[in-house]
Amino acid sequence: MIRLTYETFDPGVLLSEFSRGRSEVGAVATFTGLARAEAGSTTILELEAYPGFTEAEIGKIADKARRRFGLDDLMILHRAGQIPAGEPVVFVATAARHRRAAFEACDFLMDYLKSQAPFWKKEHGRDGARWIEPHERDHADLARWDAERPDPKYPDKEIST
Amino acid sequence: MARVLLFGRLSDLAGWRERQVDSPSLSALRARLAADDPALGEALGGRGVQVALDQVIVRGEAFLNAATEVAFLPPMSGG
Repeated sequence: MIRLTYETFDPGVLLSEFSRGRSEVGAVATFTGLARAEAGSTTILELEAYPGFTEAEIGKIADKARRRFGLDDLMILHRAGQIPAGEPVVFVATAARHRRAAFEACDFLMDYLKSQAPFWKKEHGRDGARWIEPHERDHADLARWDAERPDPKYPDKEIST
Repeated sequence: MARVLLFGRLSDLAGWRERQVDSPSLSALRARLAADDPALGEALGGRGVQVALDQVIVRGEAFLNAATEVAFLPPMSGG
């Protein structure tokens, strides 16, 4: 499931829902990203999305992860709008037969979301507001996955949605 | 008429987010926007700014028809 939301959410509830009724999966890994206060200098993180396009592009990232890691399922919930420091921005969950694929797929998804998901990020704080663009570090993180080559550890698998 | 959308810092720079513009092509649209606002024109051609036509990324020149939505997208960052 891929969803864009303008409301806050509870990662614990999402994890419970995602894990329910899975007797064959074996491993569920999650990542939750929170809006960081940057030592008090950021009070609100604002994320602008392009509705329709944003979900479609996240869908392409999700398909890459499904193929590469042979996932049984995944979930991405991404927030947009005004997000107070400390609240969740993104929740990613992956389900696989074994833990390594689930862990690595979470990591992979976050690296792609950080530098390729269509969001524009503005930090509001005591010194005003500023737009944040991807850092060099984000591009370096992405390069680790050697983009188009599937990892031989995880043979290709039929895509399931 | 094309529906032109600006995202991120581009809309702050221009002072608008959405506008109807009548242009036959992407290059004509860029020239038109640059004539109205040279700073915006320069930013639209800046490093890392991509263009989506009806929500599909395009590179280079493209024709615009009546139903076209043209979005200018600065470098993206989620998560």
